[in-house]
Amino acid sequence: MSVININKKTKSTQSLGVGTYTFLIVAVILSVFPLFWMVIAATNKSVDVISGTLIPGSNLATNYKNLIGSTNLWQAMWNSFKYAGIMTVLSLLVCSIAGYGFEIYHDKHKDRLFSFLLLAMMIPFAAVMIPLYQMVSEYGLLNSTAGFVLPTISTPFLIMLFRQNSRSFPHEIIDAARIDGLSEIGIFIRIYIPTQKAVFAAAVTVVFMNGWNNYLWPKIIMQSNDSISMPMLIAGLQSGYVTDYGVLMLSVLFCILPMLIIFFAMQRYFTQGITGSIK
Amino acid sequence: MSHKKQKQMQIKSKLTVENKLSITGWFFILPATLLIFAMSFYPMFKALYMSFRTGIGVNMEWAGLYNFTRMLKDKIFMQSVRNNFFYLIIQVPIMLVLAITLASILNNPKLKYKGLFRILLFLPCATPLVAYSVIFRSLFAIDGYFNTILLNFGILSKAYNFLGHPTSAKIVIIIALIWRWTGYNIVFYLAGLQNIDPSIYEAVKLEGASKFQTFFSITAPLLKPMILLTSIMSINGTLQLFDESVNLTAGGPANASITMSHYIYNLSFKYVPNFGYAAALSYVILLLVAFLALIQMKVVDVRD
Repeated sequence: MSVININKKTKSTQSLGVGTYTFLIVAVILSVFPLFWMVIAATNKSVDVISGTLIPGSNLATNYKNLIGSTNLWQAMWNSFKYAGIMTVLSLLVCSIAGYGFEIYHDKHKDRLFSFLLLAMMIPFAAVMIPLYQMVSEYGLLNSTAGFVLPTISTPFLIMLFRQNSRSFPHEIIDAARIDGLSEIGIFIRIYIPTQKAVFAAAVTVVFMNGWNNYLWPKIIMQSNDSISMPMLIAGLQSGYVTDYGVLMLSVLFCILPMLIIFFAMQRYFTQGITGSIK
Repeated sequence: MSHKKQKQMQIKSKLTVENKLSITGWFFILPATLLIFAMSFYPMFKALYMSFRTGIGVNMEWAGLYNFTRMLKDKIFMQSVRNNFFYLIIQVPIMLVLAITLASILNNPKLKYKGLFRILLFLPCATPLVAYSVIFRSLFAIDGYFNTILLNFGILSKAYNFLGHPTSAKIVIIIALIWRWTGYNIVFYLAGLQNIDPSIYEAVKLEGASKFQTFFSITAPLLKPMILLTSIMSINGTLQLFDESVNLTAGGPANASITMSHYIYNLSFKYVPNFGYAAALSYVILLLVAFLALIQMKVVDVRD
């Protein structure tokens, strides 16, 4: 049987032809080019960018000087880190314990409540943003981190992710821990969390990226210059009459870099987490 | 008698243990549940209430169905609905077919440099939405990269204002969307493909099925749940487009490429705020999302 398998496999090597590789390589070039162009543009003078250069230039330092001269770059970077970071911590706390709770202590009522909560996934943000804006401004939370994170700390998607992944958590371990006298919350913190690193890593990736990328919500509530986030900074830079492409693309690079680092560091977990959530 | 009593006691104490655990469970799920009720369900109903009212700022009064009849005569809103559907109908199928094709190539065990190909195809989905919108706006600008290239190669004699014409502006948004989201969908299809038992393929191969036959008789049906999931996510996302409309085309030219969310934002926070009307429009998106998801589930069921 295994001999047949090996034969089949060598046969399929030959069938992966030049056409397939060409298609794949074209797809890769298309997917990388806009980012490549952005990095090149960030190092060049605006006139050189317009003339279509694809060679790294020597204008990076000048672009940087112009960028921090015309915007509050590091303030916006710090804000974005603060918003996305605090959101990640709170979101993971609230949703992991909820996902665990929905699975480990599940009964008819909790299952029903969970299906009901899933409906919230279908609510478009546009349909809640005006009342949310009114709530946030009523409680004086405009321009604040609290205002930023409150609407998205708890999401059905994340609860579902943790609930699905708790399913494979062995009940014998929980029973054994109970006999050892560990409290329920103790079991969650000391036994469950350490075994679920992959899920937590996936959740960190998803939540931090969402927080960092969010544009509509901060555009509504971050009304002071000191509180703007990176996407808002870029959007503000490009709305001027004359665009300095070098400076603009450098700001884009600053906004993308943290995401790329997280993406490369967490790539494996991201795929794993998504897979785990839909099994 | 005492035996029976003892048994009852045992049952009772077991019940209280279970009750205790159940209550602990309720405490675990309480914060997340309250937040979803306060931040999703409550504002949703408040928006519904607001949609029957009209007025500027805080001076609102009951208006009945006025907002809903008004939107039918609102040319910009109707344009924005058409735009969202244009994006949806063209972009989602192209992207999903591309994603399935690329995922099945990446899943081929004999592909060389698989990890590298995967990372490079996933790269766009690590790009923030505003960032890629700005990149594409610059690439397609009248003095942007593509115009320069087309001029240099003599394909164009005069720079073409891609973002200044209604159709080309919309097509640029579609190209940008396909670029940004194909890799994201590949992740899901790869996960789906990896759950398919390779021995099924061996069996089909032995029967002499062609590649196309294999794809349509084995791969596509087994991927069906994933196709359903990704189409619902994509439809949901496309109906809510905002960042691209604002930053890539600024809704222009003359609102020709504006999306529903962008128009609702303008009505609420850019023009003189009319929260009642904006809330009514936002319910159109809500109903569309729900309705299309429902149809989607029905259609995929029927094909069984």
